[in-house]
Amino acid sequence: MHEVSLCEGIRGIIADQAAAQGFARVVVVRLEIGRFAGVEKAALAFAFDAVMAGSLAEGAQLQMIDLPGRALCYACDLVVEIDDRFAPCPVCGSVGLQPVGGDEMRIRNLEVL
Amino acid sequence: MCTVCGCHDVVQFDAGLPFRHVLADAQHHGRGAAGVSVPGLSQARLVQVETAILSKNDAYAAENRALWAGLGVLALNLVSSPGSGKTTLLCRTIERLGAAPLAVIEGDQQTSLDADRIRATGARAVQINTGKGCHLDAQMVGRAMAGLVPRSYLFIENVGNLVCPAAFDLGEDAKVAILSVTEGEDKPLKYPDMFAAARLAILNKIDLAPHCDADLAAYEANLRRVNPTIAILRLSARTGQGMAEWVAWLIRALAAKGGI
Repeated sequence: MHEVSLCEGIRGIIADQAAAQGFARVVVVRLEIGRFAGVEKAALAFAFDAVMAGSLAEGAQLQMIDLPGRALCYACDLVVEIDDRFAPCPVCGSVGLQPVGGDEMRIRNLEVL
Repeated sequence: MCTVCGCHDVVQFDAGLPFRHVLADAQHHGRGAAGVSVPGLSQARLVQVETAILSKNDAYAAENRALWAGLGVLALNLVSSPGSGKTTLLCRTIERLGAAPLAVIEGDQQTSLDADRIRATGARAVQINTGKGCHLDAQMVGRAMAGLVPRSYLFIENVGNLVCPAAFDLGEDAKVAILSVTEGEDKPLKYPDMFAAARLAILNKIDLAPHCDADLAAYEANLRRVNPTIAILRLSARTGQGMAEWVAWLIRALAAKGGI
């Protein structure tokens, strides 16, 4: 969707972290991306290299960890994992689940020098 | 699921070591100084961040939300595809709200055409041109609107786009998704993130429904499929049908807001 904006957010967080934790170069950026985050990973990877150019994360490897979509099934009263927002409950087959997780997009950690 | 490593196979958490967990066939993760283990990497070189990518936006949104809560301002983020009738709906809404204090933020890539239409009703409007941008963010909105009147409405007309504005919290009380009956009953299924994020959906242009074979029940069923708790209003800003219910929803929401 707005993968360049997301990469600018990542660049800003890295700059803040570098000031706080005292490192000069980032070699790996590890992200967590939820199933429902609306992030197109190929576009994010494409934007990442361009946006990190000239920063201390220039040339860093980008790793993206998928987090599952999670939803509450009212019939089962259980939180289940689903692949799309309107998938039926994998346990009981009922529809109308309420998503409760999977919209995460965060930096988990950095490998730094 | 373990929030540190993302491992799905957690059988139990170790109460004394919250990041350490026990798998059915093995026990691993989280025994190093950084609370995480990554193959081939020394612990000292790993910096834990655990920060949302949009955390800066979220911080500005929290500032906006606190400011508006203190003033008792009801802020609504109007989202839709281009051409759903957001600006016309706002003009008609402003007319019906009469003397109630309100302000409008208009987001578009270019031109002040929408703000000009709002100002023609006598209301206060600020136009934000995002240039190349596809959405409003919380900082833009916070800068745009100073001097709000206590216990007033703030309508934020987002850039016409069913994708990006879903992810950017502006500090609003609710997202209101506007969907016109000429767009197709499948839109909520094709762009689920936006409709999942909205508290209210307005089905606009229902006066055109008979002319374009629109199935209003199918629109509503698809909206509820992606968001079981969404409220839905059928409306035509052109004919005025359904406008009374929308204005009643606004008045209730402002009354519920509290503040000063």
